[in-house]
Amino acid sequence: MKTGALSNWRYWIAHNAGVLTAVVLFAAMFTLYISNHSAGLTPAVATTAANKAVLLALVAMAQTLPVLTRGLDLSVGMVFVMANCIASTIVVGTVGEGLLGIVAVLLIGALAGFINGAIVVWGRLQPIITTLATGAVYYGISLFVRPGPGGDVQSDIADLLTGQLFGAIPAALVVLLVVVLVVWVPYRRSVLGRAAYAVGSNEQAAYMSGVPVQRAKLLAYTLAGVLASIAGLMLTFNTYSGEASAPIAGTYTLNSIAAVVIGGTSLFGGWGSAIGSIFGAFVLRTIEDLLFVFDLPPLWQPLFQGVVLLFAVSLGAFRILRVRNRLELFS
Amino acid sequence: MTGVDTGAARGPTLAARLGIDRSVTIAFGCILLILCGGALYSREFLSPEYLLQQLQVGAFLGIIASGAMMVILLGHIDLSIPWVVTLGAMMATAMVGWGGAAGVWLCIPFGVFCGAVVGVLNGLGVAYLRLPSMIFTLGMNAVVQGLMVLHTGGFAPLDQATPAMHFMAVQRSLFGIPNAVFVWALVGIFVIYVLKRTAFGRAVYAVGNRESAAYLSGVNTNRVLIGCFAFSGAMAAFAGVLLAGYSNKAYQNMGDAYLLPAIAAVVLGGTNILGGRGNYLGTIAGVILITLLQSILSVMQMPEAGRQVIYGCVIIAMLLIYGRGAKARS
Repeated sequence: MKTGALSNWRYWIAHNAGVLTAVVLFAAMFTLYISNHSAGLTPAVATTAANKAVLLALVAMAQTLPVLTRGLDLSVGMVFVMANCIASTIVVGTVGEGLLGIVAVLLIGALAGFINGAIVVWGRLQPIITTLATGAVYYGISLFVRPGPGGDVQSDIADLLTGQLFGAIPAALVVLLVVVLVVWVPYRRSVLGRAAYAVGSNEQAAYMSGVPVQRAKLLAYTLAGVLASIAGLMLTFNTYSGEASAPIAGTYTLNSIAAVVIGGTSLFGGWGSAIGSIFGAFVLRTIEDLLFVFDLPPLWQPLFQGVVLLFAVSLGAFRILRVRNRLELFS
Repeated sequence: MTGVDTGAARGPTLAARLGIDRSVTIAFGCILLILCGGALYSREFLSPEYLLQQLQVGAFLGIIASGAMMVILLGHIDLSIPWVVTLGAMMATAMVGWGGAAGVWLCIPFGVFCGAVVGVLNGLGVAYLRLPSMIFTLGMNAVVQGLMVLHTGGFAPLDQATPAMHFMAVQRSLFGIPNAVFVWALVGIFVIYVLKRTAFGRAVYAVGNRESAAYLSGVNTNRVLIGCFAFSGAMAAFAGVLLAGYSNKAYQNMGDAYLLPAIAAVVLGGTNILGGRGNYLGTIAGVILITLLQSILSVMQMPEAGRQVIYGCVIIAMLLIYGRGAKARS
């Protein structure tokens, strides 16, 4: 029995090596950050860090789902910005109206994701080019809704979701946890969730085995839209305004892919988890905070972030060390 | 190398030899449609002056798309185009200050050279580290952006374009045809020559179709990858140099508006985004189509929001007509 338990344990570690690396990396970096922060780990510091990190974590979760099916969603950043712009227009008024607005934003996000999925599945276009083009459409809609920065948001909901619970726990982290428990965990255990992994590993084999390939892809893209719009809502609650900003959208799309890779998810599909992406996003965010506490000149920061990003994605190159036959390189 | 003849025993038809296939025909048909639609709106759309001006604006996109096409033919993609365009412009204008008298002569080659260096690094990452080109070039884009922010100090650089850049980008020296169109034509002839008449060009298609097969046939696939990425970087930077000549200065984010149009132009021209198929005629058609579309939307004073939406929808719609993947799964 003991050896059995031990080998299970080993298997679990091997299976989650990517996620564990991201967790350890984050823990080390966050400790370094806190120990160099003048205030230490107060609830206020934690809440500020959490509010920023949760945005990217949610977008990275959104990116994970299409990537697992061996696709990609280059429009997550645009859906994020679109949700932000729409939320700053309709999540206003009383608490009840605000909640109704939130539901509407989530539905719009789901629709945006569904359109991506529908074009990929039924239109049989490549995910990259599809989401590049739909991203332009979503950005256009954002500009239409909010030509200039501005808007407002229901402040009671905003304060609740960006503040602290019991004066200590950052509420944004609770939101993230709820999203994981309500969206990711059921998805991972569902038939279509497992189908997404199968599709990512080998689409033909999955199809031959009777896996619902089309529905799995559709659901992956739709959920990606929902998650990106949750992130957009959280951004609105943080900033109390909306802005149709192409740089913000581009940065979040880029960083979401990097977070997915750091979190141990394979860009070739079929391997990884959204939990890893969350910690990948935390790692990326903590790097920015570290640059801040170590007083790196602001002009060097974009370069440093770029190099870190390039280095992070280059970690994927380690797989070539495992290749025994050179022909496997070309797959 | 014996090609696969699609037609009868006489060999490929004239149309096939010229590269006129279904997608190219549809793309040119759409160009005519846009022009006719524009003519209904205003007679100006059919005047030679307007058309020449569109060609001049399209030339910058055409040069970038030439490089992007070589990479897409491999089945890869170069997402570092935006900041490599800016890199080319900034390095070329800065070289004037650094090099003094020699700088005036060296600035254009230097700008292109910097772009080629980034392209080679992209190629090395894709070829030897075997990273997905999409993510590696995105990372490279961020690095180049960081370098340029550092170079300019976050402000718009004060450097100016040289007369030579201005001459190539703006002036018209022959029959009133803009010089930029001639530059694009030279780049185009070079690409067509490489793709149709050299072993390297054959190898590009071979790698795009199946890299392992090309490798087993003795093609140095890594060299092909690096060569194409270097060309893409060089062309993006070259277009940046010309754009600096066009607007007489280099500025941040000047390349951002070119990534999606360049890829869209190549793909709308019938080049398969998975690699291995496509010809340059299609890319020319795609570039003209995109340029006309942008121009007409701006002439009609469509706000930016509507332009983005229509633009994305047109790309999706056209691809749905002829760019769809195979249905067969086995």
